[in-house]
Amino acid sequence: MLEFISQPWPWYVAGPVIAFVMFGLIYFGNSFGMSANFRNICSIMGAGKSCEFFDFDWRKQMWNIVFVVGTVLGGFIASQYLMDSNIVAISDSTITELSALGVENPGVGMMPESIFNFESLLSTKGLIMIVLGGFLVGFGTRYAGGCTSGHAISGLSDLQPASLLAVIGFFAGGLLMTWLILPSILSL
Amino acid sequence: MKYFKYLILGTVFGIVLTKAELISWFRIFEMFKFQAFHMYGVIGSAVVLGVIITQYIKRTKMKSMSGDPIEIAPKKFSYARYLIGGTIFGLGWALTGACPGPLFVQVGNGYLVMLVAIGSGLLGTYVYGLLRNKLPH
Repeated sequence: MLEFISQPWPWYVAGPVIAFVMFGLIYFGNSFGMSANFRNICSIMGAGKSCEFFDFDWRKQMWNIVFVVGTVLGGFIASQYLMDSNIVAISDSTITELSALGVENPGVGMMPESIFNFESLLSTKGLIMIVLGGFLVGFGTRYAGGCTSGHAISGLSDLQPASLLAVIGFFAGGLLMTWLILPSILSL
Repeated sequence: MKYFKYLILGTVFGIVLTKAELISWFRIFEMFKFQAFHMYGVIGSAVVLGVIITQYIKRTKMKSMSGDPIEIAPKKFSYARYLIGGTIFGLGWALTGACPGPLFVQVGNGYLVMLVAIGSGLLGTYVYGLLRNKLPH
């Protein structure tokens, strides 16, 4: 059991657990949608004073904020106590390709640590990947009315055509970035 | 205390996102390069089980824990907002290697620089709020 917990979990464990989390939130009378928390936090920070989109009673969304706090806690617990190694078992072809693109230590740690650190915020590459990337995530998810949890998991589970369209958009953007734009950014 | 169950559920979600490497930038790159089945298996199995759960809730008119009828709001259909907004998110997803949930879990994993990504995500959401009435939906 302990050995199972400390190994990376396979997809057929992770997928059902995520479906269970979605069910839990629905059963508690709410819904599964992480990006809504960006809007909630904007509202908590007082954005409602300057923009009516954020002028709502965020206290009613407190359950979702607490859920987010839980995800940070879960990330901490898993990384501190439940991980055997810091190697992410990506495929050999991914490692080869990332090395060719100049990414250091592909598969070591959760992300390329030579890019995702505070010092690299002073570089063009770091600014694009961290700051611009975050901005696009915040802007795009709210524009699309949801992210992977709200559209790809909850929306597709409810067979919503709008969510299918959104997921097609997610992949269009992701493929465009990964195949055509990212190689130039990584070489900066 | 009424929020405690959300804390537990969030913690479970944070653990599974970490343990299955779903918060990994490398996994997102690999997914968009179609070099492994892992991410597709996760999303696919979550959706297959999710469809069964959602249909079961609707057909049995299941009540929530507090005894109220469960309402799953349908999403209003249009083209522009889902395709344009979705594509913009996708570009950011491939850059940061994270959708909104994983951004927070990465912070929990000790990648504190992702607080900056969350900060600019908040700014992105705020700018959307300002431009919302001028954008096609």
